[in-house]
Amino acid sequence: MKRAILLLSVFLFVAGCSGNWGWYVVDPRTPTGWINLTFMMRGAYYTLAISVVAISISVVVGLIIALPGLSKNKYLRGINRTYVEVVRSVPILVLILWVFYGLPELTGIRLNVFWAGVFALALSDSAFQAEIFRAGIQSIRRGQYEAAQSISLNYVDTMRFVILPQAIRRILPALGNQLVYMIKMSSLVSVIGLQDLTRNARELVVTEYRTLEIYTILVLEYLVIILIVSAGVRWLERRLQESERG
Amino acid sequence: MPFDDSAPIIEIKNVSKYFGDFKALADVSLEISSGERVVICGPSGSGKSTLIRCVNRLESHEEGHVFVSGTELTDARASLMKVRSDVGMVFQQFNLFPHLKVIDNLTLGPRRALGLSEEAARARAMEYLERVQIPEQAEKYPLQLSGGQQQRVAIARSLCMEPRILLFDEPTSALDPEMINEVLDVMVELAGSGMTMVVVTHEMGFARRVADRMVFMDGGEIVEVAETEAFFTAPKSRRCRAFLDKILNH
Repeated sequence: MKRAILLLSVFLFVAGCSGNWGWYVVDPRTPTGWINLTFMMRGAYYTLAISVVAISISVVVGLIIALPGLSKNKYLRGINRTYVEVVRSVPILVLILWVFYGLPELTGIRLNVFWAGVFALALSDSAFQAEIFRAGIQSIRRGQYEAAQSISLNYVDTMRFVILPQAIRRILPALGNQLVYMIKMSSLVSVIGLQDLTRNARELVVTEYRTLEIYTILVLEYLVIILIVSAGVRWLERRLQESERG
Repeated sequence: MPFDDSAPIIEIKNVSKYFGDFKALADVSLEISSGERVVICGPSGSGKSTLIRCVNRLESHEEGHVFVSGTELTDARASLMKVRSDVGMVFQQFNLFPHLKVIDNLTLGPRRALGLSEEAARARAMEYLERVQIPEQAEKYPLQLSGGQQQRVAIARSLCMEPRILLFDEPTSALDPEMINEVLDVMVELAGSGMTMVVVTHEMGFARRVADRMVFMDGGEIVEVAETEAFFTAPKSRRCRAFLDKILNH
């Protein structure tokens, strides 16, 4: 990974020196470049905020949707299946447009850009979270439930203290994956006007006309954010594993 | 032997149980008195595990009735709570909670189900860890312990709920041979304390030493019930004799 980043920087540096590139638009040594660069980076606030808020909601909703999917009752399972199948078959961009432009006509409530984005991203992601949780919970051996029953734990305590802590350890890689996916998908909310990384980059392109340089910086911004997030998830995974096996 | 005249603590009446078309239990009846130690043996697939799992409602039965200290087992919440608080269970695979330290495995039930305070639950847990002779392992995780130690933790976890009846489902079958004795020693000590014990096991030496009565099952039926000495010296049924010949002669 380190080598890949090094190679990429070398390539960009060499290419930038060839004269066809105009790195001056984002050169932090010039006043304009500095202003442009910080303008682009300020978008990180909304990119991160919307991703974190949306994933927090979708994890909770996903868990709530997953539980009836584990029931013996076929109607409860039906609710789970219907939700998952319907929600995950709507493209995220379509959902964003529908929530922002369509929903107000239906309900009369107009969400602002941020919350419309959160709503659409969380709704879409919750279907995937539900499947992840269901798989994670199903992977816990039956003996764990039986042991919990034999010490008189009720359903809520069994889930809270015995099943979910183990299931979450197992699905942590998948949850990390979803977080990365969420950060990337949040770029779609720029189409309704959220001032995120992508939106700011596009606005800068309109005034500076240097698409290649600006979008390259945009790629690097996402890359850096996601590398940090991935490292964080891996660190958490390791820590939780150590606590079990010591 | 501590037989008393009061009503049996466990009453199994004409119980049948099916897994699909397979009849796991066929019209089984058995009464067990308070303080009695009963060992159930028989070939694999004979229904012994299923029978004791019906006693704490990990399995439900289709026909017949099971009573535990006078309460009939049904799916009603009150019935389930009653039986689960009266009956503890030790599993073949230990089923410890791998993400919790030994001490937390032990305190979880008392704190959440019995409403004990953190300190009271800890004190109780340490008391039972002393009893199974591994108090020094309290802060470790289950997977850091040997199989024998894990099973002793599991026994202590059951004891922390202070049940009236303790069920053992082949408690030594998943253990390496050199660890079997440390678990059996704990069970022998328990048997001496007056706990009602129902044990499914192939450890006939243990059975001879602690059991008041022996139950032999085959094909989902109880074939023979006898006082321990009579069971080993003069088994009545042919099937039981054949089984004992097989497992005692090596």
